[in-house]
Amino acid sequence: MKEFIKIDNVYFKYDENDDSDIFALNGINLTIGKGEFIAVVGHNGCGKSTLAKHLNSLYLPTTGDVYVDGINTKDDDRLFEIRKKVGLVLQNPDNQIVAGIVEEDVAFGCENLGIPSDEIRKRVDNALKAVDMYEYRTHSPDKLSGGQKQRVAIAGIIAMEPECIVLDEPTAMLDPQGREEVMSTITRLNKEIGITIVLITHYMEEAAAAGRVVVMDKGNVLLSGKPKEVFSQVELLKRHRLDVPQATELIYKLKNCGCNVPDCVLTEEECAEAVFKLLKEKTSASLSYSQVRKRVK
Amino acid sequence: MAVIRTEKIRFVYGAGTSFEKTALTDVSFEIESGEFVGIIGHTGSGKSTLVQLLNGLLRPTEGTIFLNGKDIWEKPKKIRNIHFKVGMVFQYPEYQLFEETVYKDIAFGPKNMGLDDDEIDQKVRNAARFTGLREELLESSPFELSGGEKRRAAIAGVIAMDPDVLILDEPTAGLDPLGREALLSQIADYHKVRKNTVLLVSHSMEDIARTADKILVMSHGQKVMLDTPEYVFSKVRELEKIGLKVPQITKIMMLLKEKGVNVDPSVLTVEKGLNEILNLLSDANNNCSRL
Amino acid sequence: MVREITLGQFMPGKSVIHRLDARTKIVLMISYIVFIFLCKNFISLLIMSLFSLLVIMMTRISFMKYLKSLRVILVVIILTGVMNVFYGTGDVLFQWWQLTITTGGITNAIFVIVRISMLMMVSSVLTYTTSPTDLTDGLERLMKPLTLFHVKVHEIAMMMTIALRFIPVLLEETDKIMNAQKARGADMENGSIVQRVKALIPVLIPLFVSAFRRAGDLATAMECRCYNGGKNRTRMKVLLFTAVDLTALLFCLIIFSGVIVSNCFFGSFATV
Repeated sequence: MKEFIKIDNVYFKYDENDDSDIFALNGINLTIGKGEFIAVVGHNGCGKSTLAKHLNSLYLPTTGDVYVDGINTKDDDRLFEIRKKVGLVLQNPDNQIVAGIVEEDVAFGCENLGIPSDEIRKRVDNALKAVDMYEYRTHSPDKLSGGQKQRVAIAGIIAMEPECIVLDEPTAMLDPQGREEVMSTITRLNKEIGITIVLITHYMEEAAAAGRVVVMDKGNVLLSGKPKEVFSQVELLKRHRLDVPQATELIYKLKNCGCNVPDCVLTEEECAEAVFKLLKEKTSASLSYSQVRKRVK
Repeated sequence: MAVIRTEKIRFVYGAGTSFEKTALTDVSFEIESGEFVGIIGHTGSGKSTLVQLLNGLLRPTEGTIFLNGKDIWEKPKKIRNIHFKVGMVFQYPEYQLFEETVYKDIAFGPKNMGLDDDEIDQKVRNAARFTGLREELLESSPFELSGGEKRRAAIAGVIAMDPDVLILDEPTAGLDPLGREALLSQIADYHKVRKNTVLLVSHSMEDIARTADKILVMSHGQKVMLDTPEYVFSKVRELEKIGLKVPQITKIMMLLKEKGVNVDPSVLTVEKGLNEILNLLSDANNNCSRL
Repeated sequence: MVREITLGQFMPGKSVIHRLDARTKIVLMISYIVFIFLCKNFISLLIMSLFSLLVIMMTRISFMKYLKSLRVILVVIILTGVMNVFYGTGDVLFQWWQLTITTGGITNAIFVIVRISMLMMVSSVLTYTTSPTDLTDGLERLMKPLTLFHVKVHEIAMMMTIALRFIPVLLEETDKIMNAQKARGADMENGSIVQRVKALIPVLIPLFVSAFRRAGDLATAMECRCYNGGKNRTRMKVLLFTAVDLTALLFCLIIFSGVIVSNCFFGSFATV
């Protein structure tokens, strides 16, 4: 996989005059490949949002460097190039919609880039279709649900044809239905258009949908790997104030009791299947015993 | 005795205007004193309207709400007393903080009740303790607190009014798992100590399953059921039909049951689920070991 | 409820009026205001009223919506109407105590009522048929010459866009905060003026805090989408001055001339 974003030994302090050794980002190294879907999880204050803002030059490292497609984010002359490549979606859907009509808001970024009008029209229509909001194009954002607003915000980024979208807790303020809408939208964008996704979240069920999960703690990477590899570390995650899905926890506990179950499951179906298999093995053992007994009788 | 009883309440927003929208129809139920009731329903099911009716912020278009046997709208001028008796914590309550210090902010409610300074002081400190706010934070500005602390301060502001019924609308929205966990157990402790009635609106079935004695299910402005968590969550299919889920562990048990395993599908916590499965396993083991 | 106030809501459509260039609509709206006040007799007023109704019909938006826009200022209309009835000159029709009703008063009242109602409804034509962005875009273009005098035209237009977008958001927020404080026993309906002003503090402070928080977020979001002021900015919807606009301008010119002609030939009936 081609490297797209490289975070190289980044330290970051909000207040430069602060002499203490407390850094919001603490010597973090991370590489994100092109087309990857990575989820960054961690409790509040672990530095995950700070990291997100480093990916499109909103924040610049105190020391260390961030490269986006080979461009150093400190390169002021290429700022718009970076922001065009990496779009950022924020938590509160209300606060990132600029215009009073859906399609005009989606056009906002393209207009800033100075793209010709008929090209903008095409891009806006495509972006709205990609997030499944085309039929709402002439609506006012006020009348939309949280999930719909968030999808409009995503469309506004997509219209700029970025290579990567960073989403900073996009579902934190949404209801379960809105969360599902947003999740299926970003999963689709990653699979169908190949957009690199960096999803910051504290919902582990959402992280499970990613190709790679990065767990952050104290401004650094604590764990990184495929969802199943990361989620199998139940104790470590719990110690770092993170949740695991109940399915994962149940299997983990069964394993600790010495049962023959897979190392990690993520979904309810997988879990039920694993438990079912476990029970079948045991009962078939006991069944064969009772059959033996019957025969003895 | 029923602390809250509603009789066929109906509520219409903007009655008589072009925005007219019926939010609730024919909702009747009873909540016993001291119960911890979870309220679930998808967005737009009318649950937020319902809780605002219960504390008198909205007035039902039709029907009556009784608090301790009395119609809350008997004297419309005295509706403020109902606000004090039925405390209401809104979604993202930290956005209501406004005073110079946390202490003063928490004292806002009790002060409006017309209590004297000693009583106010006692109530503020009690409320801070219930919500796990450290004493030294009371003198700082509410705007300097962390997100989780702000939330606690705002909830303390309602608890300080010592309400008979405490309503919380998504108190854990937007918090991280640990913050969620801590706040929920604090609320559960508060309920245990104060022995008052708590109504918790939440989207998290896991949270509801862990805390509630009873669950009120709302859909399309109507009451679907009001029963124990075990009963409500055993109605998986019905809940799914109205866009709701059951806790993951309950779903797993149900899937096992469908596969023909003899488990109790009304399991609500991972621990219970684990025990259930281990019991089944040891039954099988016992059979084997007798050989 | 605060949230029921609808400020000049845009209603998407495909009528001729919708298709007019926002600049045409703004210029015609301003001329309309001038001419409705220039009407000096019933014939002029009739011309303008018929014209207004025609425009309203052409928008293909239900007439009820326009009547609703009137409801907001109904009190103002009635009050000024009643005042005018009693403060007129001319033949006395009725007198009781200090109150005199004159023919002049009645004429004036009719004039004022028709003027205000027409003004309100035709303003609604502008806001109902023009999207907020088009509206601010049109204003920006029209004010362009002012940049010569170092007026930040683009910034003003952007501020208007954002204001239009956030007014409903902040109104809803106000509603929420008021409810939250009411639930803590804040009393906003009773007491003296001083007490009521004081009671606003618990609402205003959180509202300001929230507005600033939103502004910060919005600024970040705009930066993320490469906002860089008006420099090199293009627009998705280009304002185009077409034959339709020209026709509309000519048509209005005829109507407005009609008003002047009728003013000259039929004299003045009203004193206001």
